[in-house]
Amino acid sequence: MNRSVTISFGLHTLLFIVTAMSLPFLAKKPIDLPPIISVELIQITDKTNIPFAPKAKKIIEKVKEKEKKLVSEQAPPKKIKKQKPDAVPLPDEKIEKIKKIKDKKQNPKKVETEIKQISEFEQKELFDSNNIAALIDKSKVESAETNKKLDKVTQNQDKDMDFAGLTLSEEDALKAQIFGCWSIPLGLPFNEDLLVRIKLQLKPDGSIIRSEVLDHARMNKPGQKFYKVLAESALRAIKLCQPLRVPSTGYERWKNMQLNFDAREMLEG
Amino acid sequence: MQEKCWKDKMLFRYLFILLILLPIKVFALIEVDITRGNLNPLPVAVSPLSIDKNSKSNFKKILNKENLGSEISIIVENNLKQSGLFNPLNKDAFLQEPDIANLKPRFEDWNLIKAQALVTGKVTFVDEKLRVEFRLWDVLAGKEMMALAFTTVPNNWRRVGHIITDKVYERLTGEKGYFDTRIIYISEEGPKTNRIKKLAIMDQDGFNNKFLTLGNELVLTPRFSPTNQMVTYLSYFKNLPRVYLLDIETGMQEVVGDFPGMTFAPRFSPDGKKIIMSFAKDGNSDIYTMDLENRIVERISNHPSIDTSPSYSPDGKHITFNSDRSGYQQIYVMSSSGKNVKRISFGSGLYGTPVWSPRGDLIAFTKLHKGKFYIGVMRTDGTGERLLTENFYQEAPSWSPNGRVLIFYRETKTNKKGEGFSAKLWSIDLTGYNEKMVVTETDASDPSWSSLLSN
Repeated sequence: MNRSVTISFGLHTLLFIVTAMSLPFLAKKPIDLPPIISVELIQITDKTNIPFAPKAKKIIEKVKEKEKKLVSEQAPPKKIKKQKPDAVPLPDEKIEKIKKIKDKKQNPKKVETEIKQISEFEQKELFDSNNIAALIDKSKVESAETNKKLDKVTQNQDKDMDFAGLTLSEEDALKAQIFGCWSIPLGLPFNEDLLVRIKLQLKPDGSIIRSEVLDHARMNKPGQKFYKVLAESALRAIKLCQPLRVPSTGYERWKNMQLNFDAREMLEG
Repeated sequence: MQEKCWKDKMLFRYLFILLILLPIKVFALIEVDITRGNLNPLPVAVSPLSIDKNSKSNFKKILNKENLGSEISIIVENNLKQSGLFNPLNKDAFLQEPDIANLKPRFEDWNLIKAQALVTGKVTFVDEKLRVEFRLWDVLAGKEMMALAFTTVPNNWRRVGHIITDKVYERLTGEKGYFDTRIIYISEEGPKTNRIKKLAIMDQDGFNNKFLTLGNELVLTPRFSPTNQMVTYLSYFKNLPRVYLLDIETGMQEVVGDFPGMTFAPRFSPDGKKIIMSFAKDGNSDIYTMDLENRIVERISNHPSIDTSPSYSPDGKHITFNSDRSGYQQIYVMSSSGKNVKRISFGSGLYGTPVWSPRGDLIAFTKLHKGKFYIGVMRTDGTGERLLTENFYQEAPSWSPNGRVLIFYRETKTNKKGEGFSAKLWSIDLTGYNEKMVVTETDASDPSWSSLLSN
């Protein structure tokens, strides 16, 4: 009896700890990214070890020209990683040190996730000309750092967008498209409860995987002809409009969407 | 007490653990409100109904029609177009043959010409009778919405076209159609000083016109019964007004009664058992009803002013009428017993001929303001007045059985000098945009719309 209680207690405690560890609100603590971004040196150090400020402009221009060519070569990230130790071994050591310091302070799992995020960030920011300039001309270090901070903010905003709705312009674009497709049946009475809610499952390109009238049962009820007509007209509008004008990013946030078709305003005229 | 406290604590702990175990990342479902759309008529393709060779030759012999399938589809097409709610597409653009389209439409082809609904069908000659099948398809959804078949005598082929339109209209708009109906009106011929007026009846699209009286007596204000094909109208016999009842099917006519003085506009009650009208007794015009079974006349309104043009609400509980009791002619509503009289029109100008909509939500009226006549509608409490059409002279609106369209008559000057005039029937829907002239053989006035011939 005592043994089973102990095992149960132990397992529950373990489960509790594991769950608590994985909670994002516990795990989410801001990490100072700037030191790690020093990895970006790698691309440049192959060719520029020149600290002289007067030559900086010329070098920046050269690098900018090369950026355009490099963008297409940027795609495979593995190659970049290989270049890192060859070019500058020191920053990696720094990262390791930072990791160790943070290991002592924070949960190991969380640091791993954050590092992953950083690597994605690196891929995007690999050819930031401000960073390059900052490395050449120390006077630009500060401005580069502020830029990074700003970038960090936008990254957080992107995360928040996952939970937010459509922006006003995104919503307006979608509405404008559907307005054009929806032929409101003019014979409907304006004093009826005429609100049709349709749930959509969308593909990333805005085409429809599935559409469902939420109050579907009402369509087949006697005396609900008007509702059925309106629901059918709304379904026709969606089919006519597809692919819908959806945002190009943030698929996760809009892949399921609900459209509320309300004809009262139009019918009351 | 301690035990309860311990239980509460345990419950709290369990709830806390449960909350932790619940999925944490929850996406709020994005909702977008669509409050506007376009008011363009719905594009509909009405494919000619397919017909086999044998049936074709039989119908040619009986009806002298080359291709009855095409003829019926043209009726459907014209009706849908006339309603203003649909835009029938040009048949030249159709890619699929009628016989194949009726079996299984290639929706891609119909989608290509932007059709959102498709009507297909088949006409056959079976046992000396006309059999018509039709199907309504939702082109975008790629599914059948409705399939029906009718069998009737070949002479009813126009009615079949109207019935198909009613069914399509009802399925696509949610309200009953008004195409398988007739209109009774006063046919007018001759100069204004010596006008010959006959009672006439026709289909709502102007076909099958018939004259019901010879024109040797003045006839006025015919009104259909809402329940059957009976008509009540006013006629002057030896300069005395008489109220008549006419059975359209049999042609039988009877006098309801002679009434004193000026008698106006008899109209049926919703159950068809009473007639409501106004007549002047002792110099005072009031509203009266007459029971058609026992012919008992009952006074409804009692006021020294002139009360005329009564019309029942569809539930029979209220009556709307016009009266000058406020100093000039306005619209009033009262209970069917004559109590609780309430003025509902307060706009400038004179209001008359109020008619309660069969749907019960609106009252149509004629308004005279600054020398112009308007046909308009208002809610039954007088709010939401909308003037649908304006002209030099027009009056007497009558509702279609679904309460969506009004028919009325309009007099126009035939030349710029104002010499001569012409009276024609016009229809307008509640949007006020779809105004159309109803073609009649002669000049026409005082129209009244029948209820649906087939339910």
